[in-house]
Amino acid sequence: MSEKFDVIVVGAGPAGTSCAYTCAKNGLKVLQIERGEYPGSKNVMGGVLYRKQMEEIIPEFWKEAPLERPVIEQRFWMMDKESAVSFGYKGLEWGKEPYNNFTVLRAPFDQWFAKKGVEQGVLLINETVVLECLTENGKVVGVRTDRPDGDIYADVVVLADGVNSLLAKQLGYHKEFRPDEVALTVMEVINLSKDKINDRFNLEDNQGCTIEIFGDSTKGNLGTAFIYTNKDSINIGVGTTLSSMIKAKLKPYDLLDYLKTHPMVRPLIEGGESAEYLAHLIPEGGYHSVPKVAGNGVLLAGDAAQLVNAIHREGSNMAMASGTMAAETIIAAKERGDFSETSLNQYREKLYQSFIIKDLEKYKDAAHTFEQYPQYFKEYVPMLNRAANKFFTVDGTPKKDKQKEIMKSFTSERGTFRLLQDMYRAWKAVK
Amino acid sequence: MHIVVCVKQVPDTKIIKINPKTNTLDRRSAPAILNPYDAHAVQEAVKIKKVLGKGTISVLSMGPPQAVAVIKKSIEIGADRGLLISDRAFAGADTLATSYALSKALERISKDMPVDLVICGKHAIDGDTGQVGPGIARRLDIPPVTNVIEVSEVNESEKRILIKRKITNGYELIQAQIPCLLTVEKEINSIEYSPMPNMIKAARYEPVIWSVNDLEGVDRTQLGLKGSPTIVGKMFTPPKPEGGKRLEGNADEQIQQLMELLNDKKELLQPNSNK
Amino acid sequence: MMDEYRGVWVFIEQNEGKIEGVSLELLGAGRKLADKLEVPLSGVLLGYEIKSLTREIISYGADQVYVIDHEVMKDYRTESYMKAVIQLAEKYKPEIFLYGATSNGKDLASAVATDLSTGLTADTTMLDVEVEKRLLEASRPAFGGNIMATILCKKHRPQMATVRPKVMKAMDPDPDRHGEVIEEAITLKEDDMRTKVIKIVKDVTKKVNLAEAHVVVAGGKGMGDIQNFQMIHELADTIGATVGGTRDVVEAGWLPHEQQVGQTGETITPKIYFAIGISGAIQHVVGMKNSEFIIAINKDPQAPIFDVATYGIVGDALEIVPKLIKEFKEARERGGEMSYV
Ligand SMILES: Cc1cc2nc3c(=O)[nH]c(=O)nc-3n(C[C@H](O)[C@H](O)[C@H](O)COP(=O)(O)OP(=O)(O)OC[C@H]3O[C@@H](n4cnc5c(N)ncnc54)[C@H](O)[C@@H]3O)c2cc1C
Ligand SMILES: Cc1cc2nc3c(=O)[nH]c(=O)nc-3n(C[C@H](O)[C@H](O)[C@H](O)COP(=O)(O)OP(=O)(O)OC[C@H]3O[C@@H](n4cnc5c(N)ncnc54)[C@H](O)[C@@H]3O)c2cc1C
Ligand SMILES: Nc1ncnc2c1ncn2[C@@H]1O[C@H](COP(=O)(O)O)[C@@H](O)[C@H]1O
Repeated sequence: MSEKFDVIVVGAGPAGTSCAYTCAKNGLKVLQIERGEYPGSKNVMGGVLYRKQMEEIIPEFWKEAPLERPVIEQRFWMMDKESAVSFGYKGLEWGKEPYNNFTVLRAPFDQWFAKKGVEQGVLLINETVVLECLTENGKVVGVRTDRPDGDIYADVVVLADGVNSLLAKQLGYHKEFRPDEVALTVMEVINLSKDKINDRFNLEDNQGCTIEIFGDSTKGNLGTAFIYTNKDSINIGVGTTLSSMIKAKLKPYDLLDYLKTHPMVRPLIEGGESAEYLAHLIPEGGYHSVPKVAGNGVLLAGDAAQLVNAIHREGSNMAMASGTMAAETIIAAKERGDFSETSLNQYREKLYQSFIIKDLEKYKDAAHTFEQYPQYFKEYVPMLNRAANKFFTVDGTPKKDKQKEIMKSFTSERGTFRLLQDMYRAWKAVK
Repeated sequence: MHIVVCVKQVPDTKIIKINPKTNTLDRRSAPAILNPYDAHAVQEAVKIKKVLGKGTISVLSMGPPQAVAVIKKSIEIGADRGLLISDRAFAGADTLATSYALSKALERISKDMPVDLVICGKHAIDGDTGQVGPGIARRLDIPPVTNVIEVSEVNESEKRILIKRKITNGYELIQAQIPCLLTVEKEINSIEYSPMPNMIKAARYEPVIWSVNDLEGVDRTQLGLKGSPTIVGKMFTPPKPEGGKRLEGNADEQIQQLMELLNDKKELLQPNSNK
Repeated sequence: MMDEYRGVWVFIEQNEGKIEGVSLELLGAGRKLADKLEVPLSGVLLGYEIKSLTREIISYGADQVYVIDHEVMKDYRTESYMKAVIQLAEKYKPEIFLYGATSNGKDLASAVATDLSTGLTADTTMLDVEVEKRLLEASRPAFGGNIMATILCKKHRPQMATVRPKVMKAMDPDPDRHGEVIEEAITLKEDDMRTKVIKIVKDVTKKVNLAEAHVVVAGGKGMGDIQNFQMIHELADTIGATVGGTRDVVEAGWLPHEQQVGQTGETITPKIYFAIGISGAIQHVVGMKNSEFIIAINKDPQAPIFDVATYGIVGDALEIVPKLIKEFKEARERGGEMSYV
């Protein structure tokens, strides 16, 4: 009979490692299983790591973690075919301790984070796939891996196996995704010299910039694109819900190609060498698709529990926070010696009281709104660009007349009533 | 039967990138792995032990402290124990100095438990030399058999072993006395998927680390950079073909031009060779 | 001390009385080095009943041939060959000693270098000599072929290197060349040998080994279908190349995965790479862009494969490939300018 652990954590992403780390630090015997060659080898993330949640786990992590650049500027583009209305914020204070957030490459970052766990006593096993949870009398008692003699047992199993959590599906906690609940994101890492990046984005060595793009980036489909600066590479990606992709008969790679050759984007990446190409799902169902998160002997954390804020592209922070809460729950349950669903449901309470579920609830209708009313992207972004063009073109027309003209064109293009209706809907969705 | 497998940590040359300006390795881009041939060497030791029903498999590596990773990997495959020799004095070794250091470690290992068989990889993918194995054999004065594709029989009591050795267009069947040293090709076996208990054992395993002071009778002038007769003079990117040249004319004319261009490479274009 | 060492030596590898091609190539390369250094070029020939080969060795450029003919030397064995080579090298002290980078050549050179405590450069692809310091400059691909490194051995003699087959050029043999044959005796007893070659088995089955192929003919989706793809195999057979392909081709089931070139397949650096009906997607290109000579055939003049190709042919592969096959076959029959050995 193989040995028994206190906790088995499936997955070595931010959720799994936060949980494993915290459990081990508190003296629990933890086995963490990752299917990739090493943590991060299979992970895709646009690349913004938020300081707050990471700092709660490892204070002053920025002094040793493999980070790319602290983000000092966030830009937003409403992009049309040959123009963009842009706004943003640049704050040099974000370039100093304690920083706001960072760009990261997941492969080195996840490896580093997992190593911190191992230093706390986590037994990390790579290149091993967990095939299913082992159950006895309705309680999860361990996992079956794809290795010979591969069954292992534990008091609690934490599923932190990412968005497509097959294990949660097997337990019946998830259904298959509806195509409008997930976004397919494709991204590329493009190598570009430090100097070029600094020049093109107006940065210094230890400063980073993020650009979020709406509108023509997705050929007018629901979704967004992003450009993030690393030390000497750029992450560029674009995502849209699976449903819009199917509707528009698009291939993911087409979208990325379109973005890369867009006249507004091309100069930023010109001359760069494509280093990696990745595709990944992001759960975007938000509040409505959060599954059951605690069961008899089992917890779900991070993307596996669909904890992603699609509008703000937050995910890793929620993964870390939920992983930590899962760990705290397990530590308390261990003291009680009770790993039943009732005992572990403390985790659910923690989640629902935290920023995670509150944020998800706030945006719960956003995706649906935008999906149902494609005019937000297809029509308003170009309109906005035309308006800005008119307003800023110096041609002797008084500004007051220009404003009138712009409002007129807005209402004539879509009708006053519908315009107001659309605005109200959008406001309601994100308020 | 005590089998020692020499294993080396190497950068994964499939992924490796070179900085074109400095002609140095972009280490970030290259994860360090167990030299693939050495993985087969460990696997073969596991196989032999299984056939004999008993024995001990030790792995030996020389490298920086992080090379413990390849020892752990070897434990996953089924080695019983592992040993790393790691010291600044070993740094910068070429194949001659490497085989010297490893042979000194092997001498020390066999003091505790006599070694019957040493197995190395055919070559390490970072240097592609294949010189260390035969070098060790010379220093220990045991016969080497390189490019092994099958260990057909191990006769412990009569102290002999039957081996297939790959040659240019076939193989030789060789009988060698034990102790001897083998270097193995990849086709000798396929790496088995390690069972879970091995994985857990490896995750916990802490290899023994020896410094130069743990070895006996070492002549320090034969170690590391000092003990290495070869040096790297310069690094350069191979001359690139000019690229992008189009042949002109219709299909037949283009073919004629191509045939002329290939004329000075005709020795490469022989039917049914290079297989 | 180092001045005692003079002359360029080549180890002549023979199997069953036939000299390996690489040894003749090395005589060609060694000739150039010896001329630059103004020293003789010598061959080292070991075996049993092989003396007749000395003429051939001289005709390919050697001034001298050292021969040890002994029954124990019948088949190659590290133990016996090493002893013989060391005995010769210690006695006659060459300054440069080259071996073919074959299984036996590498094996022998490694053992010899250990005993002579000298440097050995493996798998050399470029050779030159710095005459003033009499320094061999042996260059070889490093780190998976992305870069070349020149290896020097400044303070030890002989300077030794193994050299990859098919990179150096043999001279045209001259049957009238004169040379000296020096026979050496050696004391070896079969009973002292710890290894025995029991038999040698010729293997005629060919295995695909993309990584080691010198010439690769790769086909892409542009071949249209699996029937047309057979042309790729036929061309490869005609010129003795190994077949490769793109991921799309592998996914279509036209080729097994072992033959996929690219990011998720093999990374290779053959001397000649034919890219036929391949668009040149980056994931494919990273696996083959360091090939020495790239020939692309594609009907789309804009195809990115042309950016990495040494020579590009814009045209229909289905028309061009059969013609190419015919040309190669004819050239071989014709002999002469495109003759094949
Ligand atoms: C393109 C893109 C851009 C993003 N940008 C950002 C951003 O800028 N900022 C941000 O905070 N978030 C971002 N996100 C979201 C963020 O990446 C995720 O929310 C976060 O990675 C979730 O962490 P996790 O640990 O739950 O899951 P994951 O990181 O997906 O980790 C799951 C791990 O489990 C392993 N695994 C899965 N199944 C098994 C199994 N059966 N057995 C063993 N191991 C298994 C996987 O290999 C993986 O390592 C982005 C996502 C994408 C796709
Ligand atoms: C993560 C990832 C990893 C990948 N890994 C690899 C990899 O390892 N290896 C790999 O190869 N690909 C890989 N790919 C796929 C790669 O992106 C391309 O899709 C693939 O290489 C294209 O194959 P192809 O050139 O055969 O087909 P196509 O792109 O369809 O090109 C066919 C070409 O043939 C030409 N053509 C058509 N008819 C003729 C004719 N009669 N005569 C002459 N020319 C003709 C066309 O002009 C076209 O250029 C990967 C992709 C991804 C996303
Ligand atoms: N530093 C090292 N530590 C342990 N084994 C080594 C080392 N270097 C080489 N070897 C062994 O020698 C074989 C040939 O290596 P090389 O001669 O470097 O191509 C490898 O496959 C290993 O088995």
